[in-house]
Amino acid sequence: MISILSSILTVLCGFALAPLLLGVVNRTKAVFAGRKGQPLLQLYFDLTRLIGKGAVYSRTTSWVFRAGPIVGLAAIAIAMTLVPFGGSRGLVSFAGDFFFVAYLLGILRFLWVVAALDTGSSFEGMGASREVAFSALAEPALLLALTAVAWMTRSLSLSEMVGRLSWTLGPGVAPIAMVGCTLFVVFLAENARIPVDDPNTHLELTMIHEVMVLDHSGPDFAMIQYTAALKFWLLGAILIGVLLPLEGLPMIIRFLVSVAGMFTLAVLVGIVESTMARLRLLKVPQLLAGACALAIFALILVVR
Amino acid sequence: MAILISIAILLISGVVCLGVGRKGALAGWIGATGTVVACALGLIPALTILLTGMRVRTGWDWTVPGGSLRIHLDGLSAFFLVPILLISGLGAIYGRGYLHAHEGRRNLGPVWFFYALLTAAMTLVVIADNAILFLMAWEIMSLASFALVMFDGDDPSVRHAGWTYLIAMHLGTAFLLVMFLLLAGGGSLDFDQLHCQPRQTFLIFLLAVIGFGTKAGFMPLHVWLPEAHPAAPSHVSAVMSGVMIKTGIYGLMRTLTFFDSVPDLAGWILLGIGMSSGILGVLFALAQHDLKRLLAYHSVENIGIIALGMGLGLLGMSRSIPALAVFGFAGALLHVLNHALFKGLLFFGAGAILHSTGTRQIDQLGGLIRKMPFTAATFLIGSIAICGLIPLNGFISEFLIYLGALQMPMPGLSAFAVGFVVIGSLALIGGLAVACFTKAFGIVFLGEPRHIPLDGVHEVGPSMLTAMGIPAALCILIGIASPLIFLLLQPAIGILTGLPAEKFEVSWSQAVSSLVAISVIGLILWLGIFLLAVLRRAILKRRPVESSVTWDCGYAAPAARMQYTATSFAGPLTNLFGLLMQSRSHRQLPSGLFPRQASVETHTPDVFQRFFYTPIFNALVWISRAVRRLQHGRVHLYILYIVLTLLALILWSLA
Repeated sequence: MISILSSILTVLCGFALAPLLLGVVNRTKAVFAGRKGQPLLQLYFDLTRLIGKGAVYSRTTSWVFRAGPIVGLAAIAIAMTLVPFGGSRGLVSFAGDFFFVAYLLGILRFLWVVAALDTGSSFEGMGASREVAFSALAEPALLLALTAVAWMTRSLSLSEMVGRLSWTLGPGVAPIAMVGCTLFVVFLAENARIPVDDPNTHLELTMIHEVMVLDHSGPDFAMIQYTAALKFWLLGAILIGVLLPLEGLPMIIRFLVSVAGMFTLAVLVGIVESTMARLRLLKVPQLLAGACALAIFALILVVR
Repeated sequence: MAILISIAILLISGVVCLGVGRKGALAGWIGATGTVVACALGLIPALTILLTGMRVRTGWDWTVPGGSLRIHLDGLSAFFLVPILLISGLGAIYGRGYLHAHEGRRNLGPVWFFYALLTAAMTLVVIADNAILFLMAWEIMSLASFALVMFDGDDPSVRHAGWTYLIAMHLGTAFLLVMFLLLAGGGSLDFDQLHCQPRQTFLIFLLAVIGFGTKAGFMPLHVWLPEAHPAAPSHVSAVMSGVMIKTGIYGLMRTLTFFDSVPDLAGWILLGIGMSSGILGVLFALAQHDLKRLLAYHSVENIGIIALGMGLGLLGMSRSIPALAVFGFAGALLHVLNHALFKGLLFFGAGAILHSTGTRQIDQLGGLIRKMPFTAATFLIGSIAICGLIPLNGFISEFLIYLGALQMPMPGLSAFAVGFVVIGSLALIGGLAVACFTKAFGIVFLGEPRHIPLDGVHEVGPSMLTAMGIPAALCILIGIASPLIFLLLQPAIGILTGLPAEKFEVSWSQAVSSLVAISVIGLILWLGIFLLAVLRRAILKRRPVESSVTWDCGYAAPAARMQYTATSFAGPLTNLFGLLMQSRSHRQLPSGLFPRQASVETHTPDVFQRFFYTPIFNALVWISRAVRRLQHGRVHLYILYIVLTLLALILWSLA
């Protein structure tokens, strides 16, 4: 009973805190650039403002365009309930649920991409094309990395995997570190952060995620923004769960440490974005292939 | 046996169609009705067998040597019968509308005759219980489908496709002939008498993989597939791609039941084939410009996924790991059914597009959703299902295969190999399939019309819509009722693995709990989508909702020509994998200060055809030409050959 309650609470906490993480990223970037920066709660303000607005739809678009934000939000909301966080299990867990989570991200991507193509804009087509190309390479990296964790812990569901993981496990530190690196690259790529994509370049030929959602407005855009924030939290929670195995500590401490870990991750993303330039588009596949290779090495070390 | 009545109805209606072929409408009516009735009738015994797990067998003596004329219906045949009869029946309904335009203009009798014959032959292939009967049905199936591919035989490219198909089928059958003779070992050719000598196991396995793999479309035996499937009329493409190639999978699975034990290597070979077919299939699909050709390459990909499942199943059997065997075969079998549903649906959709626009070129189309809303909706469902995404059926079979890949005991390098091959390739295939089908759906149905104006485009008729609606509904149903569908697999898996019931149950329950969770969450996802849609509608009710042009970053006059094309959409991936695909492109780059013209044209011909089969067949032609010099029609020289041969023989016998 208590465990279910704590699961519900942590999931709700994810839904509530996700937009704050992006505020932390932006504040970090502002500090690095010597600016004062936007308020930490800016995304919450944006979301309330957008929900209060009407909408403008392009005459080219059909119901597919309107389905994109809805299906995306529904899929990510369900994925949130499967991911364990801060010592609590996911609200639901079953053997092989990490494949399920990866494929929920897949349906989100599919609908966003076709929604982008629905506008008939060459800009959005360009973004959609890059989105599918890069995520096709990020998906094997994510699943192979999680498979390595599954084998390390001899378990098949995310909640058990994260629950059983510890630095003193048989195969040792090296595979966990490799998996961590892979997951971090996937985290940056899937959330459209530097070095794969630059969230600040709204109107340039090099962007990916931001250009796909150019035409959404009002409540639709609010859903898109919130979905993106939840995706940031979701992949971050998996990464933190793998990198901060806290078995044996009291629940409340594990939870606080994990939340602190999430904010550290957000600061880290801010630092990466302030100190690095975006990679050339042609180099991005190399980065993702590198992430895949690391995951494969981790697999080898685990089965040895 | 009700199934024989179905076959009889098919043959009778086919022959009648042949008679009344000049009256196109009547032939269409008789052909379609006969096929639908026969298929519906045949589904009853198939489903009964699947639910009860019985096995029916009957037979008569015949004068053909090597056993008797015998047919049987067990879990495995019944399971394959379901997609065969379902898609053939839907294809007949669809064909009625699709061929309507040809009525009165050409003789439609042969089309309906060969369609009924193809359905009957496929049915017979899976129920045959004797090798000779099996091979006869197999041959009729190949010839009937050849005749259907040649429907538009006036077109040279269709003739080329037809001949490629015919040659490939017969080369494949040659291997099967040898395989069955080896299995019989000089004795009876009845299936229950066939037995594999332990020494020959591997040889027979290889023969089966080549012979049945040619039909199934294992890469690199697939070269006929992207040629023949697009060339046939669309309802025939759906049947060929959706179910006929699965008879190859059936044959391979049936052959496995003749083996006492399977070598480890057999499993690895299938995993290798699965990986190459899966990844290369989807990559080549991505580079195609022709919608039906794209779908044909996707069949190669899905056969690859089935092969991955079978490879896992075989490894599970050779190493006695029940869970691995059960999940592998369950995934493979369910994918057979799933692929039949969504590939049938997608080919029906492609046919509808061809029917109302007159083209299959993706880059010419656009914006069709406005004029063909129902086709678009079903095509979207098919696209999401084939990518293996939640909450549709494709995910269920892929999930079972994923789960199977995690059953290899640790530690050990083989666990790594299985995990890397299966999980790595399935994930990559999934990602690439999303790219491919967002392209196919997005460019064809969404945006502004490109070269084909929407004025003449119309939604297709009710019979074609029915044929698309039913598989779409089944894709949704299997996605949320997977634990129930799983029950239908039970008898077939039992036959394939030969596991005792209690071992079977243990591994079974593990998957069922996951499937129940997936079904419930799938339902919640549908509910969530619905609720969010209602919520948005409520929010927007009292707010201004405007229409405008697409925001193109301040540019005043966005035009349809500025849209992203399918070729450029697939560009990043086709360039990335350029080394594997060897695309050829002709570019005319803009030049000068005021460039007037620029163009790009790309082709991605099949690598195996180009670098493997074409050289081999060219060499064959060259050798034949060289040998032909011996045969010049001069009788006196022929006599010289005879004398020389005799002389040589005499000398040899003396020595």
